Amino acid sequence: MSAKLPTIAIASGKGGTGKTTVAVHLAALLVERGLPVHYLDCDVEEPNGHLFLKPVLDTAQPATLLNPVIDEERCTSCGRCAEVCEFKAIAMLKKPLLFAELCHGCGACALVCPVAAIREEPREIGAIESGHAGPIRFIHARLNVGEPMAPPLIRQLKARRDPAAIALLDAPPGVSCPAVTTARDTDAVVLVADPTPFGLHDLTLAVEALRPMGMPLGVVVNRAVPDDDRVQTYCREQAIPILAELPDDRRVAETYARGRLLFDDLPEWRGRIARLWDNLLTLPGLEVSP
Amino acid sequence: MKVAITSTSQQLADPMDMHFGRARFFLLVDTETGRFTAHDNTPNLQARQGAGIQSAQVVARLGAQTVITGSVGPKAFRALQEAGVQIALIAEACTGEEALRRFQEGKLPVLDAPNSEGHWV
Repeated sequence: MSAKLPTIAIASGKGGTGKTTVAVHLAALLVERGLPVHYLDCDVEEPNGHLFLKPVLDTAQPATLLNPVIDEERCTSCGRCAEVCEFKAIAMLKKPLLFAELCHGCGACALVCPVAAIREEPREIGAIESGHAGPIRFIHARLNVGEPMAPPLIRQLKARRDPAAIALLDAPPGVSCPAVTTARDTDAVVLVADPTPFGLHDLTLAVEALRPMGMPLGVVVNRAVPDDDRVQTYCREQAIPILAELPDDRRVAETYARGRLLFDDLPEWRGRIARLWDNLLTLPGLEVSP
Repeated sequence: MKVAITSTSQQLADPMDMHFGRARFFLLVDTETGRFTAHDNTPNLQARQGAGIQSAQVVARLGAQTVITGSVGPKAFRALQEAGVQIALIAEACTGEEALRRFQEGKLPVLDAPNSEGHWV
């Protein structure tokens, strides 16, 4: 009997800790093992997984959000649309005034309008591109410049996840709505942290934000150095398993800067990522049938 | 005429609040009688987003024809324009009384474009 293939988010509180490095190498490792992988780059404000996996992107489509359009002839200025809007995207002045950039597209305003003066029309917020990098299925999205509404685009991206593959979600940095939207409904979250005061501080924020969501968490200490165990100490106190301690190595930065994967140039990294994956599979509920 | 002044307190003698959207209080002054009422803006002060728009809604509902304040962002500006509320600009912090006196002397410029950047939490 085969278990459902897991969805795993690779996240971090702090930016630049190595989320993409961990995510693309997990993808590369899993396909070497003959497992089906779907890589979803959920950092829609600055996707970068494609720089390393170099996918062939053969499908592109615009991503839209439904925004209200108010028929001023019909509108009686009752103000119910403004009252119901959770995100204050409609202000009731002499007549209702829409601030499209605040609208999450939920449609509540159109539902409550007693005179059916509100219809919804799609507004383009970005684009979704998909394809493959060898056997890795690949998808990413780009939010239009100046567009603040990342979560709806991330949800649309996640909805395209291939259920017949292990999904690796490269999350945006931080612990605000885009990161939380990425982590929601996953089977596990890998938190990548660097052993610095900022790294520990932002890891703490990420743990506090994600732990109430209930999925198991594991930590990867990236650029680990022998004389600094602040992240390891924190994880021990919080009973969060350490999945890997990846050593600080200048050659990794050099390989990364050339947009190359580590396995060819630094083969010892294959074993490190393999142990990370094996440790990940020991988290509760995670199982991948051979 | 009714004028709303953004204020740090419920008293005209205290310093103004130079922000519009996240002002602590709005003091609604009747320029004919000199009487005023204080309106707590704490809910909008703490809003995650859209504070300026909501504050514009508040002062429009109070019946203010003019707002005296120090800075107005792009969304609040659009909402105030839509509501027909004029913005009189105070460049340097002073008390509500001082701001009102200068407004009545016609010394405050009318803001014809937002003078503060929008911001995202």
